Amino acid sequence: MYKQHTMSQKVLLTSKEVHIILHRLACQLIENHLDFSKTVLIGLQPRGKYLAERIKQILESDYNISNIELGFLDITFFRDDFRRGEKPLEANKTQIDFLVEDKKVVFIDDVLYTGRSINAALTAIQSFGRPSEVELLTLIDRRFSRHLPIQPDYRGRQVDAINNEKVIVKWQENDGEDAVYLVTK
Amino acid sequence: MQIFGFLDVRNNYIRNQNIRTIRISKTMKELSVNHLIGIKYITKQDIDLIFETADHFKEVINRPIKKVPSLRDVTIANIFFENSTRTKLSFELAQKRLSADVMSFSAAQSSVKKGETLIDTVNNILAMKVDMVVMRHSSPGAAHFLSQNIGASVVNAGDGAHEHPTQALLDSFTIREKLGDVGGKKIVIVGDILHSRVALSNIFALQMQGAEVKVCGPKTLIPKYIESLGVTVEHNLRKALEWADVANMLRVQNERLDVSYFPTTREYTQQYGVTKELLDSLNKEIVIMHPGPINRGVEITSDVADSQQSVILEQVENGVAVRMAVIYLLASKIKN
Repeated sequence: MYKQHTMSQKVLLTSKEVHIILHRLACQLIENHLDFSKTVLIGLQPRGKYLAERIKQILESDYNISNIELGFLDITFFRDDFRRGEKPLEANKTQIDFLVEDKKVVFIDDVLYTGRSINAALTAIQSFGRPSEVELLTLIDRRFSRHLPIQPDYRGRQVDAINNEKVIVKWQENDGEDAVYLVTK
Repeated sequence: MQIFGFLDVRNNYIRNQNIRTIRISKTMKELSVNHLIGIKYITKQDIDLIFETADHFKEVINRPIKKVPSLRDVTIANIFFENSTRTKLSFELAQKRLSADVMSFSAAQSSVKKGETLIDTVNNILAMKVDMVVMRHSSPGAAHFLSQNIGASVVNAGDGAHEHPTQALLDSFTIREKLGDVGGKKIVIVGDILHSRVALSNIFALQMQGAEVKVCGPKTLIPKYIESLGVTVEHNLRKALEWADVANMLRVQNERLDVSYFPTTREYTQQYGVTKELLDSLNKEIVIMHPGPINRGVEITSDVADSQQSVILEQVENGVAVRMAVIYLLASKIKN
């Protein structure tokens, strides 16, 4: 029998903490974007989708902002590690039914780590027009691990983690609970 | 160093907590082959993966800017020893949409005419550091032969009367898009089955996905023992169309007809040409496909080719997406 790959994990954020943070992030977005008439939200596939949907839901139900445009961007074909990684890259669905020309774009992703995904997203979004500006919202910002000069504009929680650790964000609708774990190999 | 000292303390704390142990396993999908020589060499899983990837590329080619940078460090040679318009343009466009460097070569303008062998021609091209070769050749097995003898990844764009895998994939992809699924559907392939690589690849692809396949045409243009592939044969076009959900109309390949297989083109049209009247007299609406080039007024009349029932131009659009998927998936297996 071969040895199973095992890991240990610790809770970084509980369900209650996640909810408080989501509301704060929504309020910070309102501060800068008011009625969202010139703003579009873009969830980055695969995991940023859930966060983006939650933020939109909070803005709509708790702050009565309607007509928020939300899209999902898959960056697989724009990644800079094609043919370099061990694993083949699997694509997800891109769904952007509007142009981002002259709009303020807010990228939404669960974890900001090396910054390479955001770099790819900045290239990918150009296929849908020229945004007037681009901002970044992340639930978790991993310090000390950036490969590129990219920082979030809206940050849920800053986390110190070393490279053999992994931050996993779980969502009720997909994983059965709202929580953030730090996993150690 | 101070930072990491701090992290170590914290991590030890976490390790000691050891709340619970979990196992993470991830299976990423990739093609089972390094070359696309024919449908008979790939699996149902490969076809599913190609279609899933093609769905994403179809969305890409409908964006305002239709290009992705994935293959910016990949060089592809398109080597066409036989005439082609659609397939060559479709492959070239697919490669350009993926940002690959492309060179195209037609045998008519090449040293092949001066007596150079296939291997020599291709090796000269590979010496220019090419990662992938897309080839069409008049000899069955040419693509297989090439894949055995060179280091680059090979995509068969048609080899004689053997296979034309990307055409069969885009045909199935179009059926899947139009009817939801290929499995359980009834497809009739009409026309010159004997000389058709499209027919052979389609038979393999459709059967692999669980469709029923019938071939229809004059006895002279149906290969003997084709039933051994698991298809049924029908010589009456009306009966075949009444049975089918989809009719794939093939061209009579006049350039390959070395002897007469039917008395006159006019007689062929009367027996095996699809007309609007014939389709309207059926008790259901069937999907009409054609791999092109169309001989209007021979196997299909203009009003059928341009009708709502025909998906001929959808096939062309899907061809680019499917070829992007094939090239992308094969390129991901080329190691740097």
